Amino acid sequence: MTVLNENTETQTSAGQPRQPRPVRRPKKPLGTRAYKVFRVAALIAVVLFLVAPLFWMLLASLKTNVDIYDTAKSFIFSPTFENYANVLQRNNYFVFIFNSFWVAFVSTALSLVLGVPAAYAMSRFTMHRSALVVLMARVIPGVSLLVPWYYVFSNLKMVGGFEVLILSHMFVALPLIVYIMMSYFDSLPLELEESAQVDGLTPIGAFQRITLPLSVAGMATAGILSFIFSWNNFMFALVLSGSKTKTLPVAIFDFVSYASIDWGGLMAAATVVTIPIMIIALFTQKYIVSGMTAGATKG
Amino acid sequence: MTPPRSAARNAGRAPGAREKFSDWANRHRKWLFAAPAMAFVGVLIIFPLAWTLYLSLTDSQGSVRAATEFIGLENYLTVLSDVERFWPAVGRTLTFTGIALVCEVALGMGIALLLWRPFRGEKWVRVAILLPLVATPVAVGMMWRLIFDPNIGFANQLLAAVGIPAQPWLSGQDTALGTTIFMDVWQWTPMVVLILLAGLTSLSEEPDEAARMDGANAFQRFFFITLPLMMPTVIVAILLRGIDALKTFDILYATKGKGGGSFHEVETLNVYAYGLSFDYNQYGLSSAVLILFFIIIIGSMWLLTMRKKAVSK
Repeated sequence: MTVLNENTETQTSAGQPRQPRPVRRPKKPLGTRAYKVFRVAALIAVVLFLVAPLFWMLLASLKTNVDIYDTAKSFIFSPTFENYANVLQRNNYFVFIFNSFWVAFVSTALSLVLGVPAAYAMSRFTMHRSALVVLMARVIPGVSLLVPWYYVFSNLKMVGGFEVLILSHMFVALPLIVYIMMSYFDSLPLELEESAQVDGLTPIGAFQRITLPLSVAGMATAGILSFIFSWNNFMFALVLSGSKTKTLPVAIFDFVSYASIDWGGLMAAATVVTIPIMIIALFTQKYIVSGMTAGATKG
Repeated sequence: MTPPRSAARNAGRAPGAREKFSDWANRHRKWLFAAPAMAFVGVLIIFPLAWTLYLSLTDSQGSVRAATEFIGLENYLTVLSDVERFWPAVGRTLTFTGIALVCEVALGMGIALLLWRPFRGEKWVRVAILLPLVATPVAVGMMWRLIFDPNIGFANQLLAAVGIPAQPWLSGQDTALGTTIFMDVWQWTPMVVLILLAGLTSLSEEPDEAARMDGANAFQRFFFITLPLMMPTVIVAILLRGIDALKTFDILYATKGKGGGSFHEVETLNVYAYGLSFDYNQYGLSSAVLILFFIIIIGSMWLLTMRKKAVSK
């Protein structure tokens, strides 16, 4: 197969006139045969390294605790959904799933409302100092904010409510959204808005009718990443959530505060947290990648 | 620039109050757009930071509501002369961040180079790269706890298969920090890969082509052409990852619990400060630790930004 491919590639590049190609196409057939073999082996190793631990977690969640302790039954065992039934029913995980979802959803929505116009203004008017203030939130260790927050919010009798959790998660989401949207607006040409203004729209009208619709992809990127970060957040919820507003990461952590660990249940609980976010990630790959790399390659 | 235009446009209409407001809004849209977000961040960050600074100068402890006394720099002296917990925590924080960053950037660069040119099955590799990135850190910590369990863990089964004696991994005093670094590498190398790959794809091919014509081999082209051109992106990756690595909390707390384990074997500054605040309620001391921690973070960021500017020129 590979030999065939090589031949056709050299033939086309020699026999036919040059055609414009996508940026990432190599101009010459790639490397030696040895390199090709090495590359395939290396890629398989990388994929295994990244996926195998998650697979192991999934396997353990389908085993009884007796099977988990039996190293002879690492891969061959009779799967059971008992752990999931236990976790979801007895430990009220449906409530925690709802809590996580609600906090992530509301904090993302509110952060988009606050962050998108701010990012727009900071990008168009190059307010770099103001942007720095917002971005500082990414640098500060969260613990340094928790003590004052805890003091204020417990005096207001708000600790344990959804409002505090949502506020604290917005603190993670907002800088992220401003950062991603700023680099997105930077890449949108100014001419579009200017011509809309010449045609009679006010500046804010041009923002609403031209820029916002054009930046839906950017907002999707920012929103998805912010949702993921909020879903995964642990420290803020650990301090600020109450028994009724506990989010999934905190609920899993509670699993191990006992003397002996129910490994099967713990792995089922861990799988329950990760599955929804992974499904979202699979369907929105493109956005996550563009969000993670936003602004990274600019000089 | 815009007010005259909109004023002219509105001149023919009846000057209603709404019109006036929208004119005002358009003229002040810069701050109208930016102010709410800045106010939010300001109230939620700057005010608590100021408070932390104040607390670090008091003897606050026990309850956040208890009366406190101003004691000047005493907390800082206590912390800076604490060779039992503080300085080892500083060491661990820097070790954790340093080793994790070196591994992640080296591995990340290798993987990014593997992915640079198109290949069959690219889609599957991309999915694999995304999975650790989005996995919930606490769940990841629990997952590794099982894998690194000395008796039933898969890690020791794997070692046994190649004839290496079992290791204590997370439960060992000397091996715990290394094991958590490994977890961090597993989870965050993909992010470095994504950033470096974005950098690689935006490189122009000409310098590489020219070197190829001149007969440079793959290693020479990488070290003398690609790597120097990639330096700004590499530093951005280090900067973004470094900030988060310094602040690592979830995985450490999920795997070793309070105080970073019974011998504080994975207690970094963040875990230490969290414990001082919420396990021991020593708010004055923890605030001093946090201010020092903050200085360390800002300092290392500043150094890296300087380095990036030097490289970009």
